[in-house]
Amino acid sequence: MNEHIVKAYEDELNMLTAECARMGGLTEAAVADALEAVVRRDQQMADSVVARDERLDVLQADIERKEIRMIALRQPLANDLRRTVAAMKIANNLERVGDLAKNIAKRTIVIIDSDPMVPLTRSIERMGRLVVTRLKEVLDAYTASDLERAMSVWSRDDEVDEHYNSLFRELLTYMMGDPRTITACAHLLFVAKNLERIGDHATNIAEIIHYEITGDEAIATARPKTDALQRP
Amino acid sequence: MTPMSNLGASLQMTAQRDDALASAGTSRAAAGKVSASEVSVFYGEKQALFDVSLDMPDRMVTALIGPSGCGKSTFLRCINRMNDTIPGARVEGKIVIDGEDVNDRKVDPVLLRARVGMVFQKPNPFPKSIFENVAYGPRIHGFADNKSELADIVESSLKRAGLWKEVADRLQAPGTSLSGGQQQRLVIARAIAVSPEVILMDEPCSALDPIATAKIEELIDDLRSQYCIVIVTHSMAQAARVSQRTAFFHMGAVVEAGATDEIFTNPRDTRTQDYITGRFG
Repeated sequence: MNEHIVKAYEDELNMLTAECARMGGLTEAAVADALEAVVRRDQQMADSVVARDERLDVLQADIERKEIRMIALRQPLANDLRRTVAAMKIANNLERVGDLAKNIAKRTIVIIDSDPMVPLTRSIERMGRLVVTRLKEVLDAYTASDLERAMSVWSRDDEVDEHYNSLFRELLTYMMGDPRTITACAHLLFVAKNLERIGDHATNIAEIIHYEITGDEAIATARPKTDALQRP
Repeated sequence: MTPMSNLGASLQMTAQRDDALASAGTSRAAAGKVSASEVSVFYGEKQALFDVSLDMPDRMVTALIGPSGCGKSTFLRCINRMNDTIPGARVEGKIVIDGEDVNDRKVDPVLLRARVGMVFQKPNPFPKSIFENVAYGPRIHGFADNKSELADIVESSLKRAGLWKEVADRLQAPGTSLSGGQQQRLVIARAIAVSPEVILMDEPCSALDPIATAKIEELIDDLRSQYCIVIVTHSMAQAARVSQRTAFFHMGAVVEAGATDEIFTNPRDTRTQDYITGRFG
Protein backbone atom coordinates (compact mmCIF):
# COMPACT_ATOMS: atom_id res chain seq x y z
CA MET A 1 0.00 0.00 0.00
CA ASN A 2 1.31 3.41 -0.95
CA GLU A 3 1.65 6.10 1.68
CA HIS A 4 -0.65 9.07 1.94
CA ILE A 5 0.59 12.30 0.46
CA VAL A 6 -0.46 14.00 3.70
CA LYS A 7 1.83 12.40 6.26
CA ALA A 8 -0.22 13.44 9.29
CA TYR A 9 -3.26 11.61 7.88
CA GLU A 10 -1.25 8.42 7.57
CA ASP A 11 -0.04 8.80 11.16
CA GLU A 12 -3.54 9.45 12.47
CA LEU A 13 -4.93 6.37 10.73
CA ASN A 14 -2.15 4.19 12.09
CA MET A 15 -2.60 5.61 15.56
CA LEU A 16 -6.30 4.86 15.45
CA THR A 17 -5.74 1.21 14.59
CA ALA A 18 -3.03 0.98 17.24
CA GLU A 19 -5.29 2.43 19.93
CA CYS A 20 -8.07 0.09 18.97
CA ALA A 21 -5.66 -2.85 19.23
CA ARG A 22 -4.49 -1.59 22.63
CA MET A 23 -8.07 -1.36 23.81
CA GLY A 24 -8.49 -4.92 22.53
CA GLY A 25 -5.60 -6.09 24.69
CA LEU A 26 -7.07 -4.49 27.81
CA THR A 27 -10.52 -5.93 27.10
CA GLU A 28 -9.13 -9.39 26.55
CA ALA A 29 -7.32 -9.17 29.90
CA ALA A 30 -10.50 -7.98 31.63
CA VAL A 31 -12.47 -10.98 30.33
CA ALA A 32 -9.70 -13.43 31.25
CA ASP A 33 -9.40 -11.93 34.75
CA ALA A 34 -13.17 -11.91 35.28
CA LEU A 35 -13.25 -15.58 34.38
CA GLU A 36 -10.31 -16.24 36.68
CA ALA A 37 -12.16 -14.44 39.48
CA VAL A 38 -15.26 -16.66 39.05
CA VAL A 39 -13.32 -19.87 38.78
CA ARG A 40 -10.82 -19.20 41.61
CA ARG A 41 -13.42 -17.33 43.70
CA ASP A 42 -11.02 -14.44 43.89
CA GLN A 43 -12.63 -11.32 45.34
CA GLN A 44 -9.61 -9.09 44.81
CA MET A 45 -9.36 -10.00 41.15
CA ALA A 46 -13.07 -9.30 40.72
CA ASP A 47 -12.68 -5.86 42.31
CA SER A 48 -9.79 -5.08 40.03
CA VAL A 49 -11.83 -5.98 36.89
CA VAL A 50 -14.66 -3.71 38.05
CA ALA A 51 -12.22 -0.86 38.72
CA ARG A 52 -10.51 -1.19 35.33
CA ASP A 53 -13.69 -0.88 33.26
CA GLU A 54 -13.70 2.88 33.40
CA ARG A 55 -10.40 2.93 31.55
CA LEU A 56 -12.04 1.08 28.65
CA ASP A 57 -14.92 3.53 28.56
CA VAL A 58 -12.48 6.43 28.41
CA LEU A 59 -10.49 4.76 25.62
CA GLN A 60 -13.62 4.09 23.61
CA ALA A 61 -14.79 7.69 23.96
CA ASP A 62 -11.34 8.85 22.95
CA ILE A 63 -11.26 6.65 19.84
CA GLU A 64 -14.72 7.86 18.89
CA ARG A 65 -13.70 11.50 19.28
CA LYS A 66 -10.66 10.96 17.08
CA GLU A 67 -12.80 9.18 14.49
CA ILE A 68 -15.22 12.09 14.31
CA ARG A 69 -12.34 14.48 13.94
CA MET A 70 -10.87 12.31 11.19
CA ILE A 71 -14.16 12.18 9.28
CA ALA A 72 -14.56 15.96 9.60
CA LEU A 73 -11.02 16.89 8.64
CA ARG A 74 -9.86 14.16 6.27
CA GLN A 75 -12.98 12.69 4.71
CA PRO A 76 -11.54 9.19 4.44
CA LEU A 77 -12.60 7.17 1.38
CA ALA A 78 -12.42 3.60 0.12
CA ASN A 79 -10.12 1.41 2.25
CA ASP A 80 -9.37 4.35 4.57
CA LEU A 81 -13.10 4.85 5.13
CA ARG A 82 -13.58 1.17 5.85
CA ARG A 83 -10.62 1.20 8.20
CA THR A 84 -11.97 4.23 10.07
CA VAL A 85 -15.46 2.82 10.37
CA ALA A 86 -14.11 -0.58 11.39
CA ALA A 87 -12.01 0.92 14.20
CA MET A 88 -15.03 2.81 15.53
CA LYS A 89 -17.28 -0.25 15.42
CA ILE A 90 -14.67 -2.50 16.97
CA ALA A 91 -14.09 -0.01 19.79
CA ASN A 92 -17.85 -0.06 20.42
CA ASN A 93 -17.90 -3.84 20.55
CA LEU A 94 -14.91 -3.87 22.89
CA GLU A 95 -16.54 -1.38 25.19
CA ARG A 96 -19.57 -3.67 25.43
CA VAL A 97 -17.29 -6.65 26.09
CA GLY A 98 -15.67 -4.63 28.88
CA ASP A 99 -19.09 -4.01 30.43
CA LEU A 100 -19.91 -7.71 30.27
CA ALA A 101 -16.60 -8.60 31.91
CA LYS A 102 -17.34 -6.09 34.66
CA ASN A 103 -20.78 -7.63 35.11
CA ILE A 104 -19.22 -11.08 35.47
CA ALA A 105 -16.85 -9.71 38.08
CA LYS A 106 -19.70 -8.11 40.02
CA ARG A 107 -21.61 -11.38 40.11
CA THR A 108 -18.50 -13.16 41.31
CA ILE A 109 -18.72 -11.13 44.48
CA VAL A 110 -22.16 -12.74 45.17
CA ILE A 111 -21.20 -16.19 43.93
CA ILE A 112 -18.26 -16.32 46.37
CA ASP A 113 -20.75 -16.09 49.25
CA SER A 114 -22.31 -19.46 48.34
CA ASP A 115 -20.87 -22.96 48.58
CA PRO A 116 -18.54 -23.97 45.74
CA MET A 117 -20.16 -25.95 42.90
CA VAL A 118 -17.17 -27.62 41.35
CA PRO A 119 -18.59 -29.32 38.21
CA LEU A 120 -20.48 -26.20 37.26
CA THR A 121 -17.42 -24.05 37.73
CA ARG A 122 -15.53 -26.43 35.43
CA SER A 123 -18.16 -25.98 32.73
CA ILE A 124 -18.03 -22.20 33.09
CA GLU A 125 -14.26 -22.33 32.90
CA ARG A 126 -14.31 -24.39 29.69
CA MET A 127 -16.79 -22.06 28.09
CA GLY A 128 -14.88 -18.99 29.30
CA ARG A 129 -11.56 -20.28 27.98
CA LEU A 130 -13.14 -20.82 24.61
CA VAL A 131 -14.56 -17.29 24.59
CA VAL A 132 -11.24 -15.74 25.67
CA THR A 133 -9.44 -17.67 22.92
CA ARG A 134 -11.93 -16.50 20.32
CA LEU A 135 -11.56 -12.91 21.45
CA LYS A 136 -7.79 -13.17 21.38
CA GLU A 137 -7.77 -14.76 17.93
CA VAL A 138 -10.09 -12.19 16.43
CA LEU A 139 -8.06 -9.31 17.90
CA ASP A 140 -4.86 -10.84 16.56
CA ALA A 141 -6.57 -11.12 13.19
CA TYR A 142 -7.48 -7.42 13.43
CA THR A 143 -3.95 -6.32 14.27
CA ALA A 144 -2.49 -8.46 11.49
CA SER A 145 -5.31 -7.68 8.98
CA ASP A 146 -5.60 -11.45 8.63
CA LEU A 147 -8.90 -12.23 6.91
CA GLU A 148 -8.44 -15.99 7.09
CA ARG A 149 -7.94 -15.99 10.83
CA ALA A 150 -10.93 -13.68 11.35
CA MET A 151 -13.09 -15.98 9.25
CA SER A 152 -11.99 -19.03 11.21
CA VAL A 153 -13.29 -17.33 14.37
CA TRP A 154 -16.46 -16.37 12.55
CA SER A 155 -17.23 -19.85 11.28
CA ARG A 156 -16.88 -21.37 14.77
CA ASP A 157 -19.49 -19.11 16.30
CA ASP A 158 -21.80 -21.98 17.27
CA GLU A 159 -19.24 -23.67 19.56
CA VAL A 160 -19.85 -21.08 22.25
CA ASP A 161 -23.59 -21.27 21.74
CA GLU A 162 -23.49 -25.02 22.24
CA HIS A 163 -21.54 -24.60 25.46
CA TYR A 164 -24.07 -22.09 26.65
CA ASN A 165 -27.03 -24.31 25.84
CA SER A 166 -25.52 -27.24 27.70
CA LEU A 167 -24.62 -25.04 30.68
CA PHE A 168 -28.17 -23.78 30.74
CA ARG A 169 -29.49 -27.34 31.11
CA GLU A 170 -26.85 -28.15 33.70
CA LEU A 171 -27.82 -25.12 35.79
CA LEU A 172 -31.52 -26.02 35.61
CA THR A 173 -30.73 -29.50 36.92
CA TYR A 174 -28.81 -28.01 39.82
CA MET A 175 -31.52 -25.57 40.76
CA MET A 176 -34.23 -28.21 40.61
CA GLY A 177 -32.12 -30.57 42.70
CA ASP A 178 -31.36 -28.09 45.46
CA PRO A 179 -33.29 -24.81 45.67
CA ARG A 180 -30.65 -23.37 48.02
CA THR A 181 -28.33 -23.09 45.02
CA ILE A 182 -30.79 -20.96 43.07
CA THR A 183 -29.22 -17.58 43.93
CA ALA A 184 -25.72 -18.66 42.96
CA CYS A 185 -26.95 -20.60 39.93
CA ALA A 186 -28.96 -17.63 38.67
CA HIS A 187 -25.82 -15.54 38.86
CA LEU A 188 -23.82 -18.25 37.12
CA LEU A 189 -26.47 -18.35 34.42
CA PHE A 190 -25.90 -14.65 33.84
CA VAL A 191 -22.16 -15.23 33.83
CA ALA A 192 -22.67 -17.86 31.13
CA LYS A 193 -24.99 -15.55 29.20
CA ASN A 194 -22.40 -12.76 29.40
CA LEU A 195 -19.71 -15.09 28.13
CA GLU A 196 -21.98 -16.11 25.28
CA ARG A 197 -22.51 -12.44 24.41
CA ILE A 198 -18.78 -11.81 24.51
CA GLY A 199 -18.51 -14.65 22.00
CA ASP A 200 -21.07 -12.87 19.84
CA HIS A 201 -19.04 -9.68 20.00
CA ALA A 202 -15.99 -11.63 18.85
CA THR A 203 -18.06 -12.83 15.89
CA ASN A 204 -19.18 -9.23 15.22
CA ILE A 205 -15.57 -8.12 15.23
CA ALA A 206 -14.74 -10.89 12.74
CA GLU A 207 -17.50 -9.55 10.47
CA ILE A 208 -16.17 -6.01 10.83
CA ILE A 209 -12.68 -7.21 9.87
CA HIS A 210 -14.20 -8.97 6.87
CA TYR A 211 -15.84 -5.71 5.79
CA GLU A 212 -12.70 -3.68 6.41
CA ILE A 213 -10.56 -5.97 4.28
CA THR A 214 -12.96 -6.96 1.49
CA GLY A 215 -15.53 -4.15 1.41
CA ASP A 216 -18.22 -6.84 1.35
CA GLU A 217 -20.89 -6.40 4.00
CA ALA A 218 -23.10 -9.33 3.04
CA ILE A 219 -21.49 -11.81 5.41
CA ALA A 220 -23.53 -10.91 8.51
CA THR A 221 -26.64 -12.67 7.22
CA ALA A 222 -24.83 -15.90 6.38
CA ARG A 223 -23.91 -16.91 9.91
CA PRO A 224 -25.42 -20.14 11.31
CA LYS A 225 -27.20 -19.67 14.62
CA THR A 226 -27.67 -22.17 17.42
CA ASP A 227 -30.26 -20.96 19.84
CA ALA A 228 -31.62 -22.54 23.02
CA LEU A 229 -35.05 -21.14 22.23
CA GLN A 230 -35.10 -22.70 18.79
CA ARG A 231 -37.03 -25.98 18.49
CA PRO A 232 -35.49 -28.60 16.23
CA MET B 1 -41.34 14.67 -34.82
CA THR B 2 -45.09 14.66 -34.14
CA PRO B 3 -46.31 15.19 -30.59
CA MET B 4 -47.49 11.57 -30.48
CA SER B 5 -44.17 10.05 -31.48
CA ASN B 6 -42.55 12.43 -29.07
CA LEU B 7 -44.66 10.99 -26.29
CA GLY B 8 -43.78 7.47 -27.38
CA ALA B 9 -40.11 8.33 -27.30
CA SER B 10 -40.37 9.84 -23.86
CA LEU B 11 -42.24 6.79 -22.55
CA GLN B 12 -39.54 4.61 -23.93
CA MET B 13 -36.99 6.81 -22.26
CA THR B 14 -38.77 6.43 -18.93
CA ALA B 15 -38.56 2.68 -19.26
CA GLN B 16 -34.88 2.90 -20.06
CA ARG B 17 -34.38 5.13 -17.08
CA ASP B 18 -35.98 2.61 -14.72
CA ASP B 19 -33.66 -0.06 -16.04
CA ALA B 20 -30.72 2.24 -15.68
CA LEU B 21 -31.70 3.20 -12.15
CA ALA B 22 -32.17 -0.42 -11.24
CA SER B 23 -28.65 -1.21 -12.28
CA ALA B 24 -27.14 1.93 -10.76
CA GLY B 25 -26.58 0.15 -7.49
CA THR B 26 -24.49 -2.55 -9.09
CA SER B 27 -21.12 -2.26 -10.71
CA ARG B 28 -22.55 -3.62 -13.97
CA ALA B 29 -22.35 -1.02 -16.72
CA ALA B 30 -25.71 0.58 -17.40
CA ALA B 31 -26.84 1.11 -20.97
CA GLY B 32 -25.52 4.40 -22.24
CA LYS B 33 -27.38 7.36 -23.62
CA VAL B 34 -23.90 8.37 -24.64
CA SER B 35 -21.67 5.45 -25.39
CA ALA B 36 -17.96 5.62 -26.19
CA SER B 37 -16.10 2.68 -27.60
CA GLU B 38 -12.34 2.55 -27.99
CA VAL B 39 -11.91 6.28 -28.28
CA SER B 40 -8.35 7.47 -28.77
CA VAL B 41 -7.33 11.10 -29.16
CA PHE B 42 -4.08 12.40 -30.60
CA TYR B 43 -2.79 15.94 -30.35
CA GLY B 44 -0.31 15.84 -33.22
CA GLU B 45 2.13 13.06 -32.34
CA LYS B 46 1.08 12.88 -28.73
CA GLN B 47 -1.64 10.41 -27.78
CA ALA B 48 -3.87 11.82 -25.03
CA LEU B 49 -6.53 9.10 -24.80
CA PHE B 50 -6.08 5.37 -25.17
CA ASP B 51 -9.04 3.20 -26.21
CA VAL B 52 -11.55 4.67 -23.82
CA SER B 53 -14.85 2.78 -23.67
CA LEU B 54 -17.52 4.17 -21.39
CA ASP B 55 -21.31 4.18 -21.17
CA MET B 56 -23.00 7.27 -19.77
CA PRO B 57 -26.64 6.46 -18.97
CA ASP B 58 -29.54 8.84 -19.46
CA ARG B 59 -30.98 10.63 -16.44
CA MET B 60 -27.92 9.99 -14.42
CA VAL B 61 -24.82 11.91 -13.52
CA THR B 62 -21.57 10.31 -14.57
CA ALA B 63 -18.50 11.77 -12.86
CA LEU B 64 -15.09 11.63 -14.49
CA ILE B 65 -12.29 11.78 -11.95
CA GLY B 66 -8.53 11.48 -12.16
CA PRO B 67 -5.31 13.45 -11.74
CA SER B 68 -4.57 16.49 -13.90
CA GLY B 69 -3.62 15.57 -17.43
CA CYS B 70 -5.26 12.15 -17.27
CA GLY B 71 -7.51 12.87 -20.25
CA LYS B 72 -10.89 13.39 -18.62
CA SER B 73 -11.44 16.86 -20.14
CA THR B 74 -10.16 15.62 -23.49
CA PHE B 75 -12.70 12.83 -23.33
CA LEU B 76 -15.49 15.21 -22.35
CA ARG B 77 -14.65 17.43 -25.30
CA CYS B 78 -14.96 14.48 -27.68
CA ILE B 79 -18.63 14.10 -26.82
CA ASN B 80 -19.65 17.39 -28.43
CA ARG B 81 -16.73 17.48 -30.87
CA MET B 82 -15.00 20.39 -29.21
CA ASN B 83 -11.71 18.78 -30.21
CA ASP B 84 -12.59 19.62 -33.85
CA THR B 85 -11.62 23.17 -33.07
CA ILE B 86 -8.09 22.24 -31.99
CA PRO B 87 -5.62 22.13 -34.90
CA GLY B 88 -3.81 18.80 -35.13
CA ALA B 89 -6.30 16.98 -32.91
CA ARG B 90 -7.45 13.61 -34.21
CA VAL B 91 -10.14 11.37 -32.72
CA GLU B 92 -10.37 7.63 -33.35
CA GLY B 93 -13.02 5.22 -32.16
CA LYS B 94 -16.70 5.80 -31.87
CA ILE B 95 -18.98 7.94 -29.72
CA VAL B 96 -22.70 7.46 -30.17
CA ILE B 97 -25.62 9.36 -28.70
CA ASP B 98 -28.80 7.31 -28.91
CA GLY B 99 -27.09 5.12 -31.45
CA GLU B 100 -26.03 8.01 -33.66
CA ASP B 101 -22.33 8.48 -34.33
CA VAL B 102 -21.37 12.04 -33.38
CA ASN B 103 -18.46 11.99 -35.80
CA ASP B 104 -20.66 11.00 -38.73
CA ARG B 105 -20.20 13.37 -41.66
CA LYS B 106 -23.93 14.06 -41.71
CA VAL B 107 -23.83 15.43 -38.17
CA ASP B 108 -23.60 19.21 -38.03
CA PRO B 109 -21.34 20.09 -35.09
CA VAL B 110 -23.39 23.23 -34.40
CA LEU B 111 -26.59 21.21 -34.02
CA LEU B 112 -24.70 18.58 -32.06
CA ARG B 113 -23.60 21.23 -29.58
CA ALA B 114 -27.22 22.28 -29.14
CA ARG B 115 -28.03 18.66 -28.23
CA VAL B 116 -24.96 18.40 -26.06
CA GLY B 117 -24.63 21.50 -23.91
CA MET B 118 -21.44 22.38 -22.11
CA VAL B 119 -20.59 24.26 -18.93
CA PHE B 120 -17.02 25.27 -18.26
CA GLN B 121 -14.85 25.80 -15.22
CA LYS B 122 -15.14 29.57 -15.40
CA PRO B 123 -18.58 30.97 -16.12
CA ASN B 124 -18.51 32.53 -19.57
CA PRO B 125 -21.65 34.62 -20.05
CA PHE B 126 -21.87 36.61 -23.27
CA PRO B 127 -21.26 40.34 -22.79
CA LYS B 128 -24.99 40.90 -23.14
CA SER B 129 -28.01 41.15 -20.90
CA ILE B 130 -29.16 38.27 -18.73
CA PHE B 131 -32.17 37.85 -21.02
CA GLU B 132 -30.08 37.82 -24.18
CA ASN B 133 -27.66 35.29 -22.74
CA VAL B 134 -30.47 32.76 -22.43
CA ALA B 135 -32.46 33.88 -25.50
CA TYR B 136 -29.51 33.67 -27.87
CA GLY B 137 -29.52 29.90 -28.41
CA PRO B 138 -33.27 29.38 -28.89
CA ARG B 139 -33.33 32.35 -31.26
CA ILE B 140 -30.55 31.21 -33.58
CA HIS B 141 -31.89 27.64 -33.59
CA GLY B 142 -35.40 28.97 -34.33
CA PHE B 143 -37.01 27.43 -31.25
CA ALA B 144 -39.38 30.36 -30.72
CA ASP B 145 -41.92 31.74 -33.21
CA ASN B 146 -42.46 35.05 -31.47
CA LYS B 147 -41.27 37.24 -28.65
CA SER B 148 -43.59 35.89 -26.02
CA GLU B 149 -42.55 32.31 -26.77
CA LEU B 150 -38.94 33.35 -26.46
CA ALA B 151 -39.66 35.07 -23.16
CA ASP B 152 -41.33 31.86 -21.95
CA ILE B 153 -38.27 29.81 -22.84
CA VAL B 154 -36.02 32.31 -21.07
CA GLU B 155 -38.19 32.25 -17.97
CA SER B 156 -38.52 28.48 -17.79
CA SER B 157 -34.79 27.99 -18.39
CA LEU B 158 -33.88 30.47 -15.67
CA LYS B 159 -36.36 28.76 -13.35
CA ARG B 160 -34.92 25.33 -14.03
CA ALA B 161 -31.45 26.73 -13.40
CA GLY B 162 -32.69 28.07 -10.05
CA LEU B 163 -31.84 31.65 -10.99
CA TRP B 164 -35.23 33.15 -11.86
CA LYS B 165 -36.06 34.54 -8.43
CA GLU B 166 -32.71 36.28 -8.22
CA VAL B 167 -32.82 37.94 -11.65
CA ALA B 168 -36.52 38.27 -12.59
CA ASP B 169 -36.50 42.00 -11.89
CA ARG B 170 -33.30 42.77 -13.76
CA LEU B 171 -33.31 40.71 -16.93
CA GLN B 172 -31.80 43.59 -18.87
CA ALA B 173 -28.79 43.91 -16.58
CA PRO B 174 -25.54 42.59 -18.08
CA GLY B 175 -24.88 38.90 -17.44
CA THR B 176 -21.44 39.81 -16.23
CA SER B 177 -22.93 41.87 -13.38
CA LEU B 178 -23.95 38.68 -11.58
CA SER B 179 -21.84 36.92 -8.96
CA GLY B 180 -19.68 33.95 -9.99
CA GLY B 181 -22.18 31.38 -8.78
CA GLN B 182 -25.08 33.20 -10.44
CA GLN B 183 -23.10 33.47 -13.67
CA GLN B 184 -22.50 29.74 -13.60
CA ARG B 185 -26.24 29.12 -13.18
CA LEU B 186 -26.88 31.62 -15.99
CA VAL B 187 -24.58 29.62 -18.24
CA ILE B 188 -26.45 26.45 -17.26
CA ALA B 189 -29.74 28.20 -18.07
CA ARG B 190 -28.27 29.14 -21.43
CA ALA B 191 -27.30 25.53 -22.06
CA ILE B 192 -30.73 24.12 -21.18
CA ALA B 193 -32.59 26.82 -23.16
CA VAL B 194 -31.91 24.90 -26.37
CA SER B 195 -33.39 21.68 -24.91
CA PRO B 196 -30.23 19.61 -24.93
CA GLU B 197 -30.20 15.88 -24.20
CA VAL B 198 -26.75 15.77 -22.69
CA ILE B 199 -25.03 18.32 -20.45
CA LEU B 200 -21.26 18.25 -20.11
CA MET B 201 -19.69 20.04 -17.17
CA ASP B 202 -15.99 20.63 -16.89
CA GLU B 203 -15.22 21.42 -13.24
CA PRO B 204 -18.27 23.67 -12.96
CA CYS B 205 -17.68 24.53 -9.29
CA SER B 206 -13.93 24.91 -9.06
CA ALA B 207 -14.14 28.72 -9.15
CA LEU B 208 -17.07 28.95 -6.73
CA ASP B 209 -17.44 29.31 -2.97
CA PRO B 210 -19.11 26.51 -0.95
CA ILE B 211 -22.57 28.10 -0.99
CA ALA B 212 -22.56 28.67 -4.75
CA THR B 213 -21.14 25.15 -5.13
CA ALA B 214 -23.97 23.70 -3.09
CA LYS B 215 -26.50 25.52 -5.27
CA ILE B 216 -24.94 24.13 -8.43
CA GLU B 217 -24.86 20.64 -6.93
CA GLU B 218 -28.52 20.95 -5.98
CA LEU B 219 -29.23 22.09 -9.53
CA ILE B 220 -27.31 19.15 -11.00
CA ASP B 221 -29.39 16.81 -8.88
CA ASP B 222 -32.58 18.48 -10.20
CA LEU B 223 -31.45 18.40 -13.82
CA ARG B 224 -30.56 14.74 -13.57
CA SER B 225 -34.23 13.80 -13.92
CA GLN B 226 -34.24 15.18 -17.46
CA TYR B 227 -30.76 14.92 -18.87
CA CYS B 228 -27.74 12.75 -19.21
CA ILE B 229 -25.07 14.66 -17.30
CA VAL B 230 -21.34 14.10 -17.48
CA ILE B 231 -19.21 16.04 -15.03
CA VAL B 232 -15.46 16.37 -14.66
CA THR B 233 -14.47 17.22 -11.11
CA HIS B 234 -11.34 17.32 -9.00
CA SER B 235 -13.33 17.14 -5.81
CA MET B 236 -13.75 13.54 -4.72
CA ALA B 237 -16.46 14.59 -2.31
CA GLN B 238 -18.34 16.35 -5.10
CA ALA B 239 -18.12 13.32 -7.37
CA ALA B 240 -19.42 11.19 -4.52
CA ARG B 241 -22.24 13.61 -3.79
CA VAL B 242 -23.61 14.38 -7.23
CA SER B 243 -22.96 11.35 -9.38
CA GLN B 244 -24.48 7.91 -9.67
CA ARG B 245 -21.68 6.53 -11.78
CA THR B 246 -17.99 7.31 -11.65
CA ALA B 247 -15.16 6.65 -14.06
CA PHE B 248 -11.56 6.95 -12.93
CA PHE B 249 -9.13 8.11 -15.63
CA HIS B 250 -5.41 7.64 -15.35
CA MET B 251 -2.78 8.40 -17.98
CA GLY B 252 -5.33 8.65 -20.76
CA ALA B 253 -7.21 5.44 -20.01
CA VAL B 254 -10.23 4.45 -17.96
CA VAL B 255 -8.92 2.39 -15.08
CA GLU B 256 -12.24 1.68 -13.46
CA ALA B 257 -15.86 2.67 -13.98
CA GLY B 258 -18.91 1.73 -11.98
CA ALA B 259 -21.56 2.73 -9.48
CA THR B 260 -20.33 5.72 -7.48
CA ASP B 261 -20.96 4.21 -4.05
CA GLU B 262 -18.93 1.15 -5.06
CA ILE B 263 -16.03 3.22 -6.38
CA PHE B 264 -15.82 5.29 -3.22
CA THR B 265 -16.23 2.52 -0.67
CA ASN B 266 -14.74 -0.46 -2.40
CA PRO B 267 -12.76 0.28 -5.56
CA ARG B 268 -11.43 -2.77 -7.41
CA ASP B 269 -8.23 -1.27 -8.75
CA THR B 270 -5.40 -0.19 -6.45
CA ARG B 271 -4.72 2.86 -8.64
CA THR B 272 -8.28 4.06 -8.07
CA GLN B 273 -7.88 3.38 -4.39
CA ASP B 274 -4.58 5.26 -4.20
CA TYR B 275 -6.00 8.24 -6.06
CA ILE B 276 -9.25 8.69 -4.16
CA THR B 277 -7.62 8.15 -0.79
CA GLY B 278 -4.86 10.64 -1.52
CA ARG B 279 -1.86 8.35 -1.79
CA PHE B 280 1.11 8.45 -4.12
CA GLY B 281 0.12 6.92 -7.45
